Amino acid sequence: MVAVQVIVGGLLLGAIYALFSSGLTLIWGMMNFINFAHGEFVMLGMYVALMAVVWIGGGPAIFGIAAAVALAALGVVIYFSLIRHVTRGPMLAQILSTFGLALLLRYTAFWIFSANFVSLPTNALSGTVNLAGIYLPIGQLVAGLVAITLTIALHLLLTRTTVGSKLLAVAEDRTAAMLMGIRPDRMQALAWGLSAGAAGIAGALMATSYPWSPSVGETFGLIAFVVVALGGFGSVLGSLYAGLIIGLIQAASAFWLGAIYKDIVVYGLFVALLWLRPQGLMGKA
Amino acid sequence: MKNILSPRGRVVLLGAALLLFPIVFSSAFYRDIGVAFLLAAISASAWNIVGGYAGQVSVGHSMFFGLGAYMPLLFYTLFGWSPIAGIPAGIVLSIALAVLIGLPTFRLSGHYFSMATIAVAELIRIFVGTWDFVGAAVGLQGPATARGWWDLTFRGELPYYYIFLAVLGIVLATTAFIERRRFGFYLRAIKSSERAARSLGVPVRRTKMQALALSAAFTSVAGSLYAAKTGFIDPDSGFGILVSVQMVIVAALGGAGVLFGPLLGALILIPLQIATNTWFGGGGSGLTYILYGGIIVLIARFEPGGVFELWYRVVPERWRRAYAP
Repeated sequence: MVAVQVIVGGLLLGAIYALFSSGLTLIWGMMNFINFAHGEFVMLGMYVALMAVVWIGGGPAIFGIAAAVALAALGVVIYFSLIRHVTRGPMLAQILSTFGLALLLRYTAFWIFSANFVSLPTNALSGTVNLAGIYLPIGQLVAGLVAITLTIALHLLLTRTTVGSKLLAVAEDRTAAMLMGIRPDRMQALAWGLSAGAAGIAGALMATSYPWSPSVGETFGLIAFVVVALGGFGSVLGSLYAGLIIGLIQAASAFWLGAIYKDIVVYGLFVALLWLRPQGLMGKA
Repeated sequence: MKNILSPRGRVVLLGAALLLFPIVFSSAFYRDIGVAFLLAAISASAWNIVGGYAGQVSVGHSMFFGLGAYMPLLFYTLFGWSPIAGIPAGIVLSIALAVLIGLPTFRLSGHYFSMATIAVAELIRIFVGTWDFVGAAVGLQGPATARGWWDLTFRGELPYYYIFLAVLGIVLATTAFIERRRFGFYLRAIKSSERAARSLGVPVRRTKMQALALSAAFTSVAGSLYAAKTGFIDPDSGFGILVSVQMVIVAALGGAGVLFGPLLGALILIPLQIATNTWFGGGGSGLTYILYGGIIVLIARFEPGGVFELWYRVVPERWRRAYAP
């Protein structure tokens, strides 16, 4: 029974990994661009949720939306002020832009919020539910289900709507898309908004069940790399499956090997993937 | 005068300035700054070979630095050997690790390499932090008092300064040598367009691999020097991300892919770092890294070529001839 509980807990956490990783894979798929600050977006989402609870009050719906909107706005601002100018520059500028951004956001968060771990005050999502003998915190259950729903929604947005087709058109061929009357800049800004918004809401969801400090951004950023490498660069559906798998692996290795090994196992998997299948599960070579 | 301002004259002038610095500024404070400057310049120059010249941006070079820092102290702790014995071991391990990372990632786009470097560095940092054999989270200690010069444990700063200066000379001379060789042209060709380079017959993967191995070896030596100087190493000061950040920012600030770029970067950054730590007090290290992040973003956004390129663009040519660094 304990094993089942570990597996379900891992899958629910993995769903949140899937949600923020889908943001990273979207940017990669759109622009062939790696965002080293993506984990920091998740971390900021957690703090926005905390501030929303403290200042505005209200339930998960409110702070979840607050985190999504705030981070989406940040993503768009970052696109227009920074990313747009470096995408056609040298590789050094592309890597350093978001790498420096990650440092800037991380240490600004340290400065403002201090290095102490914080958590959301008890809210509507505290308490546990008993599902056929498996005890699950309500917060984790709701967060996991919302994360899966949103990831699938993002996948459907990309594959089934006009906006999605426009995004994919820009990803496919910027110039051709422009000739079809699509504005690439707007679409890429939208992608950054969606990506950062997904990270923000994932952070808010995670904040309902786990304490955090500014240093979690680095961990989440690396987890997102692993998920995207496993699922395939550019595939939202791939990162959904991969997120669930990584959550499962992490929970299992934390339970059977010890908590300190959970990150070692996951990063080790990343290195193994680079060697064996760099295009990921669902990616194109 | 004309002789002194020729390229060779400038190098001689720079060398003389570096040789005389600790004698002119003889207080421990200035010598300490000098040593920190040299160490930053060595590791950033090592990074520059693969990150600057070849354009393969590593954001996890701390893995080589950490290996180089751990091996001498590990050999000392285990067998009581001189730290010097650990330096070649660090170099060999670093080159092996470089091959391990380069082989799969150099087939793919440059982003994979950057991602792999940061992930592997972090993997090693966490792993070393849990491994009792190498001191786990506590780290390793070097010789407290020297048994002889071979322990590389000196009382004053001066011996370190000249050892570091000699190593910097070797790294820069090697870089200058390859800069003019076919290998150097290969590196710059790969940087400007990998596809074009390949189509002209440049052995792209092999060249990138060699550049990474050379860079890893020098970075490892920088780590060994750091360990000898501080006599202590732990996972964060060896493999931490901020170690990589320092290499990247020093090289990129001065000018990535320029021979003396890292030197210029260290010349700007090390005093800046000391100043911010003094202004903001002991708790200022966080603010220092905010500043680092800001500088990196500004370089990427406005001046990827660093201060060197800025100099060449902003300063009119006739002034440049007279005052060029």
